[in-house]
Amino acid sequence: MSTQQAVTADLQPSGEAGPLLAATGLSVSFQLGSALMARMRHEAHVLHAVDGVDLHIERGEALALVGESGSGKSTLARALAGLQRPDSGEIRMDGKLLPARRSRSDQRKIQMVFQDPYSSLNPRMTVGGMLHELLRVHHIVAGNEVESYTRELLGLVGLTEEAVHAYPRQFSGGQRQRVAIARALALRPELLVADEPVSALDVSVQATILNLLQDLRAELGLTLLLISHNLAVVRHLCDRTAVMYLGRIIEVAPTETLFARPRHPYTAGLLAAIPRMTFAAEGDAPAVQGDPPSPLRIPSGCRFRTRCPLAQPICEQEDPALTSSASDPAHSAACHFAFASVPPQRRPAVDERTTS
Amino acid sequence: MGGQGAGEQVVGEYGTGVHGALLQVSDLRVEIATRRGIVRAVDGVSLEVPSGEAVGLVGESGSGKSMTLRAIIGVLPPEARVTAGQIMLDGIDLTQLSNAQLNKIRGPKIAMIFQEPMSALNPVMRVGQQIAEGPQVHLGMNRAQSAERALELMRRVGIPDPERRFRSFPHEFSGGMRQRVMIAIALSCEPSLILCDEPTTALDVTIQDQILRLLAKLCRESGTSLVFVTHDLPVVAQVCHQLAVMYAGKIVERGTVQEVLTEPSHPYTLGLVRSAPDVDHPRSSLVAIPGSPPSLISPPSGCRFHPRCKFAEEDCTVIEPSLRLLDSGRATACLHFERCLEAVRAEGADR
Repeated sequence: MSTQQAVTADLQPSGEAGPLLAATGLSVSFQLGSALMARMRHEAHVLHAVDGVDLHIERGEALALVGESGSGKSTLARALAGLQRPDSGEIRMDGKLLPARRSRSDQRKIQMVFQDPYSSLNPRMTVGGMLHELLRVHHIVAGNEVESYTRELLGLVGLTEEAVHAYPRQFSGGQRQRVAIARALALRPELLVADEPVSALDVSVQATILNLLQDLRAELGLTLLLISHNLAVVRHLCDRTAVMYLGRIIEVAPTETLFARPRHPYTAGLLAAIPRMTFAAEGDAPAVQGDPPSPLRIPSGCRFRTRCPLAQPICEQEDPALTSSASDPAHSAACHFAFASVPPQRRPAVDERTTS
Repeated sequence: MGGQGAGEQVVGEYGTGVHGALLQVSDLRVEIATRRGIVRAVDGVSLEVPSGEAVGLVGESGSGKSMTLRAIIGVLPPEARVTAGQIMLDGIDLTQLSNAQLNKIRGPKIAMIFQEPMSALNPVMRVGQQIAEGPQVHLGMNRAQSAERALELMRRVGIPDPERRFRSFPHEFSGGMRQRVMIAIALSCEPSLILCDEPTTALDVTIQDQILRLLAKLCRESGTSLVFVTHDLPVVAQVCHQLAVMYAGKIVERGTVQEVLTEPSHPYTLGLVRSAPDVDHPRSSLVAIPGSPPSLISPPSGCRFHPRCKFAEEDCTVIEPSLRLLDSGRATACLHFERCLEAVRAEGADR
């Protein structure tokens, strides 16, 4: 579906109607070690971190990208933000093709907040120094307004004016993440990409940052791409959710639809695996069996088939494409049986001990 | 700081005095010497672990939960030391033992599972050997017997193809498989108590689900007691029956998991429960706990949570509350726990 929408975006070069950001056939891969060693190990030499992803983000929406470690969600986010050069595919912003080397003004439009606020801020610069530099380099405001705009930014993320003269080490983790958000917002981005913005923080502090992101969306009409492994956070914050598995998007749907009626067996397993407050583990069979395969040994056909409780012979041969549901075009899944009227029989859950 | 009203009693210095507890920690204090002063990381913690039970210890970073665990098995960092208290395991006070004596207990009596298996496993030793080492040293098995035992354990913890994996090194395993190896090592000498320090925090959610179910099952089968340290409340609910919540070096609430999580009687527990987004019941906005955890060099006077507490009154700044037993059998260290319970119930009625 996103291919189709990317095409329509092409027809309206700067139309407000098209998506803010659209990626088509985006692939990112990394060369690893020598080709000879890889062949000896029967592994691929090239790691396809992101493998032909189509994704679009509407203006003003909050889109979540979820998946396990190694699913390529961070690489995809970095590629969209222009921090990682894609091998193939194109990224369009407001219908305009973004070149591999982005201009400064294009770069400005997508800003990122990273996971670890302890390593993403320059320890030798005061918060004020950091923001002033950014504002001057990018000519965001007139020279004489830099000071007042800095104070305004800090107020926006809930920091006091004293923060201007403070160094990152003087802040707690939650406050540092506020500084990181202020830094990202300083450039008035069209899209804020937040890569696991709360997972390095304590539980009681996470809530303040999540509330801040929610308030900023309401206040500034910010478009947000949230990368997270925490599905509770995603459900709380995002309008739409895309699930990744081994470099592919395997399901996209409005968040509520996805949580209520997941169509891909991996999504269903992921949702069932979340520990619940009042739910003690019943039975011994886990929601999803086995380990995710190495991205260097991607299974043939459907990538999830090695762990899938529904896997059929066809799954080994044919790689299912991301197709949308006939009844709900906003809901797409990459499974042969996602929207089948009669899904195949579930394999009986295997006891932990006999799993192999 | 006495109890006010009927049905309460002040829990003594030596805990609730449950007899027949496998592990009984009483008034444990751990201090860490730093350049800026002495950090009272654990400040008078009392805890009982009945035989065959799983007890969760929950708190944020710096609450002293990991230090409590490390003090029990005697692996505190060099700058930290136990300054007071008793740790009774099966009638032996572990604080009085020398390192050599502790070594005899570690393995057959207590074992530990760490958060990051890659740094806890020996990177240059074959996985099978690492599992077999304990039975060789502690149970007097020979090579063949211990190898046989290691294979059986690998099968029990769900490592596929154990005969081949026996000769693998830790780096050849995935995170989940390494944690299974850690569990196999912990089980290898059939200890009566296993200490878990955030064993699933570094794992993905589907793998976490597998490991939690495995742990719960193995402990149920073998009757092993567990102390499970984590910052994640829902994770505790998967494995533990009993729960203790720690804040700034002290236990602030204790009871069954069900009770504590559904009807918190301490404002800090309430804050933890309300601040985490719930997957099944999304709320329009989260209620964060204001402020940040206090410094343990000079903690706040009175109740340590009072600067962040919405129920705090004048007396909270002066009186240091101790754990007191409520009717239901759980214990809380809040002077105004009735108000907390009332707030919870009012909220429940609103829904």
